[in-house]
Amino acid sequence: MQDEPTPVELLTAVAAFLRDDIAPQLTGASAFKLRVGINALDLVVRQLTLAQASDAAEHERLSALLAQDGSLLDLNRKLAEAIASGTVDLATPGLAEHLWQTTMDKLAVDQPNYASYRREMEREKSS
Amino acid sequence: MSESFEAGLARCVTSWCDGATGIAGASRLSGGASQETWSFDIVHPDGNIGAILRRAPAGYGAAPERAAGLDAEAVLMQRAHAAGIPSPPVLHVLQPAEELGTGFIMGRIAGETIPRKILRDGIFAAVRPKLARQLGGVLCKIHRLDPAGLPQLRRMNPATEIAELTRDYQGMDWPRPVFDLALRWLRDNDPGPSPDVTLVHGDFRHGNLIIGADGVRAVLDWELAHFGDPMEDLGWICVNSWRFGAIDKPVGGFGTREDLFAGYEAEGGRVDAARVMYWEVMGTLRWGMMCCGMMQRFRTGDRSMERAMIGRRASETEIDLLRLLAPRGITRAGGR
Repeated sequence: MQDEPTPVELLTAVAAFLRDDIAPQLTGASAFKLRVGINALDLVVRQLTLAQASDAAEHERLSALLAQDGSLLDLNRKLAEAIASGTVDLATPGLAEHLWQTTMDKLAVDQPNYASYRREMEREKSS
Repeated sequence: MSESFEAGLARCVTSWCDGATGIAGASRLSGGASQETWSFDIVHPDGNIGAILRRAPAGYGAAPERAAGLDAEAVLMQRAHAAGIPSPPVLHVLQPAEELGTGFIMGRIAGETIPRKILRDGIFAAVRPKLARQLGGVLCKIHRLDPAGLPQLRRMNPATEIAELTRDYQGMDWPRPVFDLALRWLRDNDPGPSPDVTLVHGDFRHGNLIIGADGVRAVLDWELAHFGDPMEDLGWICVNSWRFGAIDKPVGGFGTREDLFAGYEAEGGRVDAARVMYWEVMGTLRWGMMCCGMMQRFRTGDRSMERAMIGRRASETEIDLLRLLAPRGITRAGGR
């Protein structure tokens, strides 16, 4: 067992230092690059926080949809092939819901400020 | 940068620009290893001339498959300028003897290309509502350029585009079921080759348009120009990735499709709205694949943090593809 603080706590502390103390000292290309770097750290924190649960749920949905088991990567490959070949399509019960949920879970990590994602979150809250 | 490059550029400029005595303030703007953009001033007794150099350094001659090539870009910009399309004047095409690589030098046009500034800054407030219509007119003029005077370019239609995207996607070897859904939809809904085949700019969007308080001042970056369906350009500028948050204004986050189409038709063009929508789906997937391509370049040795992070933006196009192809909150008759 690894000790505390957790990776999330460490990364959050580093990102806060870069954002609050270093970023104001930089201008131009370095400031831009630092902002990209801080965004990357924030993304990693979100992934560490969220991905375990969303991956497990995705795995469960895929197993049900494809009626088989396998690794998450393998099941995604099989779903991709099934969509490409037309054996599964938007008329297949559960496919649209699965793709939506999986995509929403990706955006929650990659880009939670993306306007399309925010719009779809509002839709979920209001329905 | 290196003194020899600046000295070479100065020698080049003084050889064709009457009265020029040298160059000043050369600074690299952007670009990867294979292509560079430099801004500099031509020093002239009548007043300095702002200039831009676009070049591929020697040894980087092999253009990516899609690229028209810098020589072709120079010709396209000259033709565009001559036809009254907002475009910087091409001042000089690099010659092999100048040892600066391939490329060209053009006039520097003042204005803004940064989307967030164009969408939010006060100085553009008055022109924003007019931009979509203006750009429709510009696109129509581009599509009317006489092919006889244009360089050799690739000829594309939906089927060739789908084939390339499919091959690129398979090359990534990373499953993205939403991309499969989009590719399948594009195949099933292929409208066939366009009845009109014209010059297509290929990358007509924020970043490649210089905007001033008076409107569009220049169309840049003809790297992806080809012959094909003119509706492709109208679809590409409507791709959600270029709306920068203003998702209810499909044209670049500043305008409506109706205004874009009206501008196009006012110049005598004919719009096929269904084809435009088809190309918007294709364009959304294409940008997604380009994001994945950034990730690939990062993996294969580029190591740039920016490229890595753009790779993580492919999921943005996945949600946009779902919003286009499987919108929620709409009862689909017959389950489709």
